[in-house]
Amino acid sequence: MKVKPYGDTLNDGKIQVSFTLPVERSQKGIAAAKEIAKQMGLLDPVVVHAEAIGDGFSFYILYGSLIHSVDYDKIQVEEITQKALSRKEIETLIAKEFDRGIVFIGASTGTDAHTVGIDAIMNMKGYAGHYGLERYNGIEAFNLGSQVLNEEFVKMAIDKKADVLLISQTVTQKDVHLKNLVELVELLEAEGLRDKIILIAGGARITHELAKELGYDAGFGPGNFAEDVATFAINELIERKQ
Amino acid sequence: MNKLNLDEIKIASCRKHAEGIAVDVQNFINLHSTVSVERTVLRLLGVDGVDDFGVPIPNKIVDDVFKNGDITLGVSYYIASALKYLNNDLDNFIKIYIKEEKSICDYPLVKKEEVDKILRTHYQEYLSRIKNNKHIRDSYLSKHKRSITDLYVIVATGNIDEDVTQAVAAAKAGADIIAVIRSTGQSLLDYVPYGKTTEGFGGTFATQENFRIMRLALDRVSDEEGRYIKLVNYASGLCMPEIAAMGALERLDMLLNDSMYGIIFRDINMQRTFVDQYFSRLINAYSGIIINTGEDNYLTTSDAVTEAHTVLASQFINEAFAKKAHLDESLMGLGHAFEINPNVEDSFLYELAQAEMAREIFPNAPLKYMPPTKHINGNIFRAYQQNAMFNMVTTLTNQSIHLLGMMTEAIHTPFMSDRFLAIKNAKMVQTTMKSFASEIEFKENGIVQKRAQSVLDEAVDLLKQISTEGMFQSLENGVFAETKRPINGGKGLDGVFKKSSNYINVVSQRMEESFNES
Repeated sequence: MKVKPYGDTLNDGKIQVSFTLPVERSQKGIAAAKEIAKQMGLLDPVVVHAEAIGDGFSFYILYGSLIHSVDYDKIQVEEITQKALSRKEIETLIAKEFDRGIVFIGASTGTDAHTVGIDAIMNMKGYAGHYGLERYNGIEAFNLGSQVLNEEFVKMAIDKKADVLLISQTVTQKDVHLKNLVELVELLEAEGLRDKIILIAGGARITHELAKELGYDAGFGPGNFAEDVATFAINELIERKQ
Repeated sequence: MNKLNLDEIKIASCRKHAEGIAVDVQNFINLHSTVSVERTVLRLLGVDGVDDFGVPIPNKIVDDVFKNGDITLGVSYYIASALKYLNNDLDNFIKIYIKEEKSICDYPLVKKEEVDKILRTHYQEYLSRIKNNKHIRDSYLSKHKRSITDLYVIVATGNIDEDVTQAVAAAKAGADIIAVIRSTGQSLLDYVPYGKTTEGFGGTFATQENFRIMRLALDRVSDEEGRYIKLVNYASGLCMPEIAAMGALERLDMLLNDSMYGIIFRDINMQRTFVDQYFSRLINAYSGIIINTGEDNYLTTSDAVTEAHTVLASQFINEAFAKKAHLDESLMGLGHAFEINPNVEDSFLYELAQAEMAREIFPNAPLKYMPPTKHINGNIFRAYQQNAMFNMVTTLTNQSIHLLGMMTEAIHTPFMSDRFLAIKNAKMVQTTMKSFASEIEFKENGIVQKRAQSVLDEAVDLLKQISTEGMFQSLENGVFAETKRPINGGKGLDGVFKKSSNYINVVSQRMEESFNES
């Protein structure tokens, strides 16, 4: 099945784009914006709004019909398919399968100062009514907070004998988060730890696929809670035990 | 103004407890100094620059005294001794100091009585430069029309030249305040980088030269626009007083300045940062720089409904600390935030209640009001709506320093268009709702009044508890943002020392005198 973006009619391909050009707002600027849209594959682009946003800069909003389509049947993604267990179920599973506490260490690493994501997963209170890992019986959760250096993080993982590492990356500039995520994998490999722990990335623009590509066991994007992360990690631990 | 029917006796009781908390901490501060305090003294005597390895000279000297001399006397002693020996020629001293392997402790130590006399001309030159900056700012402010609410945006490209482009565009679009976000991690550096910088992560390094470059650009826009564009940076972290001194010398107008933020969110040692904070605020008071406090951040970690009182309690404490450092109320940019989950019914009313409460309790403070960040989920259209509601509360409650929310919060550092759209959003609300605040009152014992009253009640209890346990113990117990910090843990403790009975800090001494004169 071929699909295109949907406006109000199937396969009309309607999309909106907005961007800034480093030129004055002018008829020439508008024509340039239109030309960019055409090169993006937009048929009949319309500049619905153009505004000066400073000396030598102008902002454009456009609509157009995308000429491209994708074959939906051929799209493949790596997804975490297992259904999340409830907190109680996870606690029961841990008690049944392990005679010790499972150690989770989490942090927002590198230059990232945002802890919203890692706090939502780990802190007692959790997020949107989903309690964080600190609340779970059978889980020892250590949230190291923000701007934790990869070296420091690995050292902590060794000290606490971590089973699971959670790395959160929220805000990025010039894709510094990707370098940072890869660097951690390299460090863990150098320490001979990579196979001994479960490595999970999370954050606004993390997908499972991206995380796998970077050498992680799993990735969790927006809309996931402590249950989702814990279910994956505990099942993975059980599987590795066997 | 009393729209909320708040109990004056409870407010007074909060102030009394906060004063007790501050006195207790101040007693500790008075007995101690830190390496960053000493480096600041050197900077305000004119010591600047880096050696061949890029080490700032103030760091080099203070480390030298720490290792080879008696730092508990204060660095003033040693620099005075060196200068006396070298005919009071500071430039010559620095030249020799960089070139030769001679310790500053090798010069014959002068007597205590001589220190101030030797150094006076040096610090007077810098303090008068600071005073002059204050006059320039005051004349700008009296020349141009000022609004009740200043729109505050951030630039964060990592490159100071690019920052200038972004800042100028934002100012022309209507921003009143420009903050240059620092490169991430700078707060944990125990030195201030030197010179112009064009590379940073998530922000631009705070250096004195970068301050100068941005100030120059903003003065030019101020003249063109007929509005004074204020410049902000961050005097938090391990170099609080040094950044405050640089900000004063380059005419910054506001500085983020809050120890509790450093303790809780950057794990900086509490002893270190309380001592640093005091001297930095003294400099801010002397230079007329508005401080911005960071209690709004508690709500990014804690629940904004159940923990709202921790913000209020912290504002009272910050007010008390600020008074101790001679900061006028007009310089106290106390922080709070719009962070309640928008799925909560009537959350707009709660936000309104809390913002109005802060306004009524601190009527003369230029309150710093922070936009939603925690419940922004990547849907930029939803975020734009949330920011519009935030803008309404700001306008309804006459907040002073209005940090604009970005629709791309938690996605990337703002694009030029993100900032532009945010300014337009706020401007539309300001225009369309201009007189709304003076037209409305709140229903007696309605949701808004009750919410504010209950937050105040909880704040009284919390402040009472903190004053009983003491500030240090309370932070150890995790009273703010549910984060526990040990008194001997965190970064920077090794830079704290107890002052000798012969200790001298010629700069703070002079500043204290000037406050007592006026």
